[in-house]
Amino acid sequence: MTLLAVERMKLFSTRSPWWCTAIALAITIGFGALMSGTSNAASPMNVAATQFGYTFGLVVVMVMAALAITTEYRFSTIRATFLAVPNRPTALLAKTAVVAILAGIVGELCAFGSWGISKLIKSSADLGIDTAYEWRAVAGVGLVYAIAAVIAVGVGVLVRHSAGAIALLLIYTNLVEGLVTLIPTIGPKIHRWLPFNMSNAFITGDADITTRPINEGPPPAEAGLGPWPALLYFAAFAVVVLVIAITTAKRRDA
Amino acid sequence: MIEAVGLTKRYGKTLAVDNLSFSVPTGRVTGFLGPNGAGKSTTMRMILGLDTPTGGSALIDGKRYRDLHQPLRTVGALLDAKWVHPNRSARAHLQWMAKSNKLPARRVDEVLEIVGLTAVAGKRAGGFSLGMSQRLGIAAALLGDPQVLLFDEPVNGLDPEGILWIRKFMHRLADEGRTVFVSSHLLSEMALTAQELVVIGRGKLISQSSTEDFVAQATENTVRVRSPQLAVLRGALGRLGANLRDEGENLVVSGMDCADIGELAAREGVVLHELSPQRGSLEEAFMQLTGDSVEYHTELTDGQTPATLVPAGK
Amino acid sequence: MTTLLATERIKLFTTRSPWWSALLALGLTIGMAVMVALNHGGNNPLRVEHSQFGIQFGLMIITVMAALAITTEYRFATIRTTFQAVPNRSGVLLAKCVVVAVLAGVLGEIAAFGSWAVARMIDSSPELAISTGDDLRMVAGAGLVFALAAVLSVAVGVLVRQSAGALSILLIWPLLVENLVALIPNVGRDIQDWMPFINAGRFLNPVPEAPQSPWGSLLYFAGVTAALLIAALVVANKRDA
Ligand SMILES: Nc1ncnc2c1ncn2[C@@H]1O[C@H](COP(=O)(O)OP(=O)(O)OP(=O)(O)O)[C@@H](O)[C@H]1O
Ligand SMILES: [Mg+2]
Repeated sequence: MTLLAVERMKLFSTRSPWWCTAIALAITIGFGALMSGTSNAASPMNVAATQFGYTFGLVVVMVMAALAITTEYRFSTIRATFLAVPNRPTALLAKTAVVAILAGIVGELCAFGSWGISKLIKSSADLGIDTAYEWRAVAGVGLVYAIAAVIAVGVGVLVRHSAGAIALLLIYTNLVEGLVTLIPTIGPKIHRWLPFNMSNAFITGDADITTRPINEGPPPAEAGLGPWPALLYFAAFAVVVLVIAITTAKRRDA
Repeated sequence: MIEAVGLTKRYGKTLAVDNLSFSVPTGRVTGFLGPNGAGKSTTMRMILGLDTPTGGSALIDGKRYRDLHQPLRTVGALLDAKWVHPNRSARAHLQWMAKSNKLPARRVDEVLEIVGLTAVAGKRAGGFSLGMSQRLGIAAALLGDPQVLLFDEPVNGLDPEGILWIRKFMHRLADEGRTVFVSSHLLSEMALTAQELVVIGRGKLISQSSTEDFVAQATENTVRVRSPQLAVLRGALGRLGANLRDEGENLVVSGMDCADIGELAAREGVVLHELSPQRGSLEEAFMQLTGDSVEYHTELTDGQTPATLVPAGK
Repeated sequence: MTTLLATERIKLFTTRSPWWSALLALGLTIGMAVMVALNHGGNNPLRVEHSQFGIQFGLMIITVMAALAITTEYRFATIRTTFQAVPNRSGVLLAKCVVVAVLAGVLGEIAAFGSWAVARMIDSSPELAISTGDDLRMVAGAGLVFALAAVLSVAVGVLVRQSAGALSILLIWPLLVENLVALIPNVGRDIQDWMPFINAGRFLNPVPEAPQSPWGSLLYFAGVTAALLIAALVVANKRDA
């Protein structure tokens, strides 16, 4: 518990979490406003469509999470941390927990903020959160952000350099997974099992994607699993990354 | 010759350098003295055109740094030994600098030799110890064989041998007729290295003088007297206009030396148990001068005389 | 200027990042071409554009390399050593842009022609020959796009000064923002037509509905780059190093 408090103090006494939170909120909510402001009868507003900006918030939160650990290496405060708490797994787990919780909260704020502003702008639209799909699309954002933050912390521990970690995370999530689909025949099959596609499936995928029109919300993901198993798969991937990272950190000189 | 005229630098609310004017003469080592945060590094950055002054100017031989053609040939500087890419070798670091000012490539090996880094020239600079980094920085400063040299806290983190080396090195540079401007927050170090001193505190000039004058001014020579007949002696000394101060059982006299006091005591028939010259601590004096200048002024306006420091002739 | 170029060339090649960037950019781009060529089914023939699917990998990695070339100077304060050696800040930064752009351009050409060549070795389909002007532009044009993107990255690096910030902007913008805007109802597509990296992409892979010609698109990308570069130079001259 003390450790969590320590990590919380460390996180909030630097500027990057504040910046990242502000940027994530501004862009996702801004996007929600833009979507609802420009919607009309031809492309009506719905709950899913308020969350178009969620991928943007996702990458910003991952940058924040990666920086939370890479800046410790950059300024060698990781040594001070390991001096204070020689049990490295505990220290890193505490940090991961704090970052993940912050990411989750930011995710919920982004999601409900985008939804709320859309409701304000387009009060006429049907924006009630009723179905399981709609609940996932909005409230699920925080879960995905939290798990993605765990992955980002893991990558940060492994790579240790801000530039490297950020480049890796951003290029992987935004480019590699998409480009894989361009490989003929096997590409789309591989893509169905890639972690961020799975997280996307949790937010956007119905068990039966034909039940909703494509233009409603972010394009549905073609994943190998249904929404909740997909989220579990994503979480399992995060755990694997984190375990590898912590094992590495234990062996390595700080 | 470096000349600062009304140099001022403001960072937001902080006034780092406040209307600072001084000159650094040729052929001498000039110390730039001030406590942490006094604005020494900021002043040096402005001299080198890295930071733009909010007001005033700094000129090197009458020119702004930015107007110098191939400036490394005129001015060499070591502001921070860590301003090196950690993955670049020492030699590569000097090579690009040499190239940028069209200096011959062999000059790189020459300066590496001078600072004694030849053996590790191919190693990455990030792995250097502080002393080695400092030497690499000095090599970079010497690259263009410049007439003017600036060093910011060059002995920081050096061992005694390194400190001695730098001290001798600077004297040699000055003896060769170069202008050497070196900052420090240690007066004791500067008293040994510098011939001239520019002293600042909180961005303001406190004094510019030769080191001897500064030391003489800043430290008060006193004599401690112990005697069973202190009252008699006190009266006699008072009539001669000496400055007197009680220190427990003893009397501390300033403005007279041991011989004068001893003779006076003999004339008055006063028994002395102790008569010993005292030398004020340089560091103490420096703290008084540069420390909290506000506090210093308050003491004066309160009509009190500061206990240890009464600058002679002021 | 030749002195400045030589200086910047020494600086770039005496650190490790250009080397591993080059390796990574070429490896990923050409590796992608191999994957595509190997897995291509027989129904529709492999065309030149299929061999170029991986080019965006290379582009993003070169963007990272170019941004790091300047942000690491700020990170390690060698920018101060640099401006101390050469107070002509615009000259220094322009020289850096040229050196980084030339490297990027060369890597772009190698990546594009390399991808095409390996695809050709794996698959002998006649469609894979560079026969039209469009084909040639698609392959040979990569170097131009890489070079301009490198200059744009240096400019952003000068403005932002921090690796983390610069990379976040330079990766999130083309990969995410430019794609997301298209989703905005009604106006999204029109806005997207004026996104710099979309235009760079359309120079290589023209789309019929684009308002500009391929070369017009490239010119637009160059214009955005030039504007950012000018802003960067103005700021660098004003700011404390
Ligand atoms: N880039 C900057 N931005 C904001 N404030 C600054 C900046 N550089 C210096 N300062 C402030 O200006 C003042 C003078 O700093 P400077 O580094 O010049 O002092 P110094 O005399 O070199 O101290 P030291 O002996 O510790 O090296 C300090 O209060 C410092 O906080
Ligand atoms: Mg300093």
